[in-house]
Amino acid sequence: MKINREYFREIWQYRELFYFFVWRDVKVRYKQTVLGALWAVVQPFFTMIVFTLFFGKIVNIPSDGIPYPVFSYAALVPWTYFSVSLSSSGNSLLGNSHLLNKVYFPRVVIPASSAIVGLIDFAIASVILIGLLLYYDMPLSWGLLAWPLLAVPLLTLALGIGLILASLSVKYRDIKYVIPFGIQLLLFATPVIYPSSLIPERYRIIFLLNPLSGIIDAFRSVVLPSRNFPLESFLTSLGATIVIFAVGFVYFRKTERFFADII
Amino acid sequence: MGQVIALENISKKYTIQVGGGYDRFGEVVLNAVWNTLALRHKKEEIIWALKDVSFTVDQGEVLGIIGRNGSGKSTLLKILSRITYPTYGTMSLEGRIGSLLEVGTGFHEDLSGRENIFLSGSILGMKKKQIMAKMDAIIDYAEIERFIDTPIKRYSTGMKLRLGFAVAAHLDTDILLMDEVLAVGDAGFQRKCLDSMGDAGKSGRTIMFVSHNLAAVETLCSRVIWIDSGEVKEDGPPAEVIRSYIGIYGRRQVVGNCLDDMDRFKSVGTGEIRYTKIEFFETDGSPKHIIYTGDTLLVRLHFKAIAPVLRPNFQVKICTEMLTCIAIFSTKKAGIDTSMVAIGEGYVDLEIGSLTLVPGNYILDVTIVPHVGDHFELLYALDGGFEFSVETTARFFTGIEEKNTPSSLVFFPSRWKLEGMNLAPGQSA
Repeated sequence: MKINREYFREIWQYRELFYFFVWRDVKVRYKQTVLGALWAVVQPFFTMIVFTLFFGKIVNIPSDGIPYPVFSYAALVPWTYFSVSLSSSGNSLLGNSHLLNKVYFPRVVIPASSAIVGLIDFAIASVILIGLLLYYDMPLSWGLLAWPLLAVPLLTLALGIGLILASLSVKYRDIKYVIPFGIQLLLFATPVIYPSSLIPERYRIIFLLNPLSGIIDAFRSVVLPSRNFPLESFLTSLGATIVIFAVGFVYFRKTERFFADII
Repeated sequence: MGQVIALENISKKYTIQVGGGYDRFGEVVLNAVWNTLALRHKKEEIIWALKDVSFTVDQGEVLGIIGRNGSGKSTLLKILSRITYPTYGTMSLEGRIGSLLEVGTGFHEDLSGRENIFLSGSILGMKKKQIMAKMDAIIDYAEIERFIDTPIKRYSTGMKLRLGFAVAAHLDTDILLMDEVLAVGDAGFQRKCLDSMGDAGKSGRTIMFVSHNLAAVETLCSRVIWIDSGEVKEDGPPAEVIRSYIGIYGRRQVVGNCLDDMDRFKSVGTGEIRYTKIEFFETDGSPKHIIYTGDTLLVRLHFKAIAPVLRPNFQVKICTEMLTCIAIFSTKKAGIDTSMVAIGEGYVDLEIGSLTLVPGNYILDVTIVPHVGDHFELLYALDGGFEFSVETTARFFTGIEEKNTPSSLVFFPSRWKLEGMNLAPGQSA
């Protein structure tokens, strides 16, 4: 199956379907819940509290001279978005297998809309970050304007990997189990709990192999005016993100025609 | 009138693994290892769901697709809907396509009726503006205005059906593909669906309709294609194709005064002798087209023997539609000696004196039984018999009996007399 102007025109034709899938997922998530939109904040916030108690106080991980809660929360917000979006887009085809057998639309709409849904929670949790900065008497700098922009490479990376996982999940059900397990490991391989300055120089290269590191670091540095923007690691991550997305997109498109037969 | 759909040599292959549906990484690895070491021969079975299917459809045609379960009709629709792709062959489609392969596509239980209209409509290809414009019409059509804002998990099955079909009925694509959507639902719902389908057909849209409801197919379609085992078996006018299909798979009915060409019907038996044609006559020999309650009837059973048969027992059974046996006529019971039937064609006549069946539909089960009475080796039996009807008549001065009232099976000539009754003053006798 080709990736050409026709294909993109078709996706544009079906653009409203992105909206309806996102709308559906959001509505369904909050139906019959008591906390409603507050759930967007619960995961990063309470994780931050637990991390602060354990990693901040007990284990006493250095946090680049800023209060550990702020340090961890600034990374937890994008991390939460990434892990949730990766997981939901990776599993999205299996979750919508019924539709794959009954109606036609460009299949990429399914994992893509899953990745977009997370942005809403991301936005709500980001607002709380401002509150946290104020609580700890930290200055709000102009750098914060870059925060929403950084969501773009974050989404691209999550979707890129998500597309690969989704395509694989159609044929290999193992993916369903690999995802949560993989995400758990990734949490430790990414500078969320600890600062990247903790990694000794000789392991830095391996560390940079994780494209998420550069992006998370960038999120953090934007919040803290004292830190320099980690240009080198960010550009490396950006490059890797673009490559991963291209690979994921092409692979998804190539395997798309067999989904209804295999799922 | 342009061609809007063109299929050429569409074929679809499915491979079935022996021993299971999907692979685990472990199995894949193991298989790879075994295969490399040539220790295991990987077994796969190939099924051709469709084989070289080719046909074209013009703008405005209403095409019916019939065939047994598993014949490939649904696969064909899936390919036309671009849900799956052919193994080889080409297909061209012009215009927007709307596919209705089930009722309620995309419905989510937790969302309300109204929300699901948006969701389903959008998934089926409608733009948001279109859905909003048609919202009231859809709710009206589904007749669930009171419940439109409650989650559909609270709906009855019938309500969900009506809602699903209401959305589908308002899809206005150039080409419409429908798969046995009418198979479910009560009579009222099916009636409504049929009417919508009829309207759609008249609107000039091109429609392809897969169904088992042969009556509906015959009424609605201008052309019928019969798919059998993945191939196009017949393609032509509805009446003809359906007739051939019924000939092999359906209930046969008497046409005019005879059931002809019986070889095309499914039958069981050892085959030395078989019925080829059955005719109904009046006792004077003229063809009998309509049977009334109480009629005298001559049934002529034409047969053909390809080997000499010793004393075959010709048997005719009259049963209700539910296959309750009402009467049996057989040469053996009547003490007739059919002696040795020679090779060739011939016929036997059965004269029924007074067929006092109440008006309705009945099944005539015709068999030829070997004289030794070995009922497990019938010489011939028409699978399922064939239908004939008995019509109402005022002959016995009892008034007109309504056809198909299940209250009784037979009728006896009879008369009521009121002489012993005292009438109240002022009434006429």
